[in-house]
Amino acid sequence: MEPKKTPLYDRQVALGGRPVEFAGFSMPIEFTGVVDEHLSVRREVGIFDVSHMGEISVSGDNALDYVERLTTNQATGLDPFQAQYTLMLNDDGGVIDDLLVYRRKFDYLLVVNAANTRRALTWVTGHAPADVRIDNLSDETGLIALQGPRAKDVMRQVCGDDNVLGLEPFRSMGATIGDAPCLVSRTGYTGEDGFEIYINASSTGDVWDILMGAEPRPKPCGLGARDTLRLEMAFRLHGSDMDESTTPLEAGLGWTVKLDKGDFYGRDALIRQKESGIPRKIVGLRSDAKRFARRGSKVRSGGEEIGEVTSGGFSPSLECGIALAYVGSKFAKRSTDFKIDVRGQLVDAKYEKGPFYKKPEN
Amino acid sequence: MIPDDLRYSDKHEWVKVDGDIAIVGITDYAQTQLGDIVYVELPSVGTKVEAAASFGTIEAVKAVSDLYCPISGEVTEVNDNVTADPAVIKSSPYGGGWMIKIKMEKKDELDSLLNAEKYRELTGE
Repeated sequence: MEPKKTPLYDRQVALGGRPVEFAGFSMPIEFTGVVDEHLSVRREVGIFDVSHMGEISVSGDNALDYVERLTTNQATGLDPFQAQYTLMLNDDGGVIDDLLVYRRKFDYLLVVNAANTRRALTWVTGHAPADVRIDNLSDETGLIALQGPRAKDVMRQVCGDDNVLGLEPFRSMGATIGDAPCLVSRTGYTGEDGFEIYINASSTGDVWDILMGAEPRPKPCGLGARDTLRLEMAFRLHGSDMDESTTPLEAGLGWTVKLDKGDFYGRDALIRQKESGIPRKIVGLRSDAKRFARRGSKVRSGGEEIGEVTSGGFSPSLECGIALAYVGSKFAKRSTDFKIDVRGQLVDAKYEKGPFYKKPEN
Repeated sequence: MIPDDLRYSDKHEWVKVDGDIAIVGITDYAQTQLGDIVYVELPSVGTKVEAAASFGTIEAVKAVSDLYCPISGEVTEVNDNVTADPAVIKSSPYGGGWMIKIKMEKKDELDSLLNAEKYRELTGE
């Protein structure tokens, strides 16, 4: 099947991005280089085409009840236009996807990973009660992420409504950029301040052009920098660091699971796993070796194999190797003597809790 | 950027012949594809290398890649500048970014390498 093109495809190619196929879309890995793009986001501002993400609308009188059934976090109590990070599980407690849920005026908007849009849509549609309406808005929705400490300076210039600058994290509002009505959200996947801007697909190019005309000019960023930025924050990537055979308890995402909120898909399985014990857990590993652990590298300790790296590579901010790995639960602690087998060489690694990258105090 | 006076492998290494010595590096096309290079591992002087076998690795941000030797022989010199600062591969892939010098064992292996015109065809440049 021919990969899909986002509304910004031609602009990405004109900017020098060489598209590759990713999650059924033709998207560039890099423009000026992963490190350059990465550091621009940490220091100034970068711009990402993330229009490949899927958007699913859940509406109707019982939409909230259904969202509570579908997701692990508690959607009840979200303010209008508040967003929440949450998970969608199968009946075994496996992660179908991680997603953002927005409470909007007339619906709840689920923003899912591009690679999982079809699967999530099938799941959401398949379980929907008769009085809940499901609409797939993915093709008609463009999404631009503006990320970095100077993202707000860009927004100040392009957005008629200064209230967007006062948005708290995980809050969103309707606003206009150029002539285009947008949903502007204080969210992102980089660990920096920034905005995600949802736009009708037909206006996405216009909004991109306006953002690119700001001062400082946002640095176009590809999938490569998106991956290194999220890995420095130890954000899990669905499809790499978790999938339908991984539970949130294994993936270190127990904080998104509200077992006492009432029933939801996967809840019983999680309760069972809590009782019987969590067999493996995700850990962050950091190494100064000149060989970087990559996905698939085996993790060892005391001469035995204890797990496997699911994401790994070079951290442009820290200039060392970083990785996420699953290991047997009893090894998931600071005192474990971690070694990673990187192409036949055992390299030392240190356990790291939370984000690898911590923002410098200024 | 594909110099006319070099030979090329289909794995994107170049060879410059100087008597019995082959100077080996990676092409501009290769370094562009690799993107940001963080570390390079090269063999030490005296190592025997085989045509088409790996003689080292390149750790780039995007991925790790093997370096394949275009020609058999013994390593007589290693460019320490490249291991100290791989940025030189990007700025000067055919000059300061050379990697190793090999005393060739089978000079006829050169015949199986591509000339500049064939390499241009391969990379579409």
